[in-house]
Amino acid sequence: MKEFLEGSHAIAEIIKSCQPGVISAYPITPQTHIVEDLAQMVSSGELKSQFVNVESEHSAASVVLGGSATGVRVYTATSSQGLFLMQEVVFNIAGMRLPIVMTCANRAISAPINIWNDQQDSISLRDSGWFQIYAEDNQEAVDFHLIAYRLAEDKRVMLPVMVCMDGFILTHGMETVDMPEQDKVNKFLPAYKPLYKLDTADPISMGLLADPDYYMETRFAIQETMRESIGYLFDISKEFNNVFGRDYKDLLVEEYQVEDAEKVIVAMGSVCGTIKEVVDEQRAKGKKVGLLRIISYRPFPYARIYEALKDVPKVAVLDKSVSLGAYAPVAVEVKSAFFGKKKGPKVISSFVGGLGGRDITMETIHEVFRRLGAKEVNFDFVDLKPELLKEEYGE
Amino acid sequence: MKEIRIHARAGQGAITTAALLGFSYFNEGRYPYAFPNFGAARMGAPMNAFVRVDSDPVRLRSQIYEPDYVIIVDSTLLRGYNCFSGLKEDGVAIINGKEDLELPKLKAKQSVFVVPANEIALRNIGRPLGNTALIGAFAAATGELKLDNLIEVVKKRFSGKAQEGNIKAVQEGFEFVKKGIK
Repeated sequence: MKEFLEGSHAIAEIIKSCQPGVISAYPITPQTHIVEDLAQMVSSGELKSQFVNVESEHSAASVVLGGSATGVRVYTATSSQGLFLMQEVVFNIAGMRLPIVMTCANRAISAPINIWNDQQDSISLRDSGWFQIYAEDNQEAVDFHLIAYRLAEDKRVMLPVMVCMDGFILTHGMETVDMPEQDKVNKFLPAYKPLYKLDTADPISMGLLADPDYYMETRFAIQETMRESIGYLFDISKEFNNVFGRDYKDLLVEEYQVEDAEKVIVAMGSVCGTIKEVVDEQRAKGKKVGLLRIISYRPFPYARIYEALKDVPKVAVLDKSVSLGAYAPVAVEVKSAFFGKKKGPKVISSFVGGLGGRDITMETIHEVFRRLGAKEVNFDFVDLKPELLKEEYGE
Repeated sequence: MKEIRIHARAGQGAITTAALLGFSYFNEGRYPYAFPNFGAARMGAPMNAFVRVDSDPVRLRSQIYEPDYVIIVDSTLLRGYNCFSGLKEDGVAIINGKEDLELPKLKAKQSVFVVPANEIALRNIGRPLGNTALIGAFAAATGELKLDNLIEVVKKRFSGKAQEGNIKAVQEGFEFVKKGIK
């Protein structure tokens, strides 16, 4: 049913319909509304779940790790510094192959402290063995949580999924969302049946020492699963479309006016909506521009990106995060998709924008298209304020 | 597409105002996107809430710089802020304030409605929260939304005494502007 909802509330509602047995989280802006709503649902009896209040994100992640190990569906959510405090446990969750779903309400990283949106938090945990899927709007944010549980709990997968949604822009944005009905959710997402679980009647150990004779295979196994999951994402999206009447192609990338485009911007998340507006406006003037939206950042869809962009002369990658001292994170991956290939863009330029909540307007996107010329640029920040960059040294 | 920019201080209910407008547009079959922008994250700090609405789902995610309408919840923000920045040539401003409020010179086709929303709120709700009076005034000044629809939305949002008072506030805000236009 179509409803007008705040993004965070919509997420709480969809998590309720997934009926996790354990929820644990520590509040942090801009994730707070999600877990506040869930706490209320549990307290009122609307959702039968154990909500564990904790003193930090490290504990929240530990609680859901333990909960998942006992064989129940679990949920947590965080942002920014909270995700970083979880980091140690985040890697453990993937290493232990626990199918946990977490929402990352994307926010900038300290210092300086900043509560606003960029994607530095989740991007920084790209190597953890978690899937990362980025929502463009709140409909996707809702749908992706269902897909996340389904994917994570697939016996062929058994890996955690991070659903990334831009802080404030989506979490605090109210818009129309077609909320999935409970009977359809039940059809698409059957009750979780673990392969192994901690059970006193049938004791096992989990997360043990793996010495040099065993460790490497655990990493190879996750890498293989990630690679194979590109196909599973395609199958799961088809099934999702059948149950809910949506139109997701493969949940890897979305091609928007790419086919005959001369200039394409590659980006992730809510900024893609703004880019689509610019693409439509420019197309109406006869300019051949397009957008390639990356939905799945992990696994990274190299082959799909190659196919989509191989005949596009000029590509701009717009990152909302940085890898200080190196090329921007998404840009470096897009470039690597073409390395050693016969076909590919003549120019793949890298732009960084929207850090710490700096507003990305249609004009920002125009500027990216303008700077995307014959000469490849890297480390190019858009919307910088030169007046803030004067260097001052003490005596 | 229409764009509304709300100027307020954190804690004055601007997000509720944006939400109520959003719900009202939603009920009338439109696609609103209502969202806040916080400055310093503390009570009393100047902040904005926005509503962007269209006949199709809104994709544009930037803040609003060239609004069709501005709603100013706290007239003290007129000192030091240009709340009218980027207001369209034929834009409409709704200001919570007293009759003698000093206003900057506006463009010929722009119109301003100064509504004693706090007084209306004090009389009906018992607290100086002018948001519901302002959305009533907004509906009358712009013709964007139907009064009956606003009342339905307020009915859903509030309960008990607050509901009764806020419905009256919406009506009085609406009537205040209607009378002025005649």
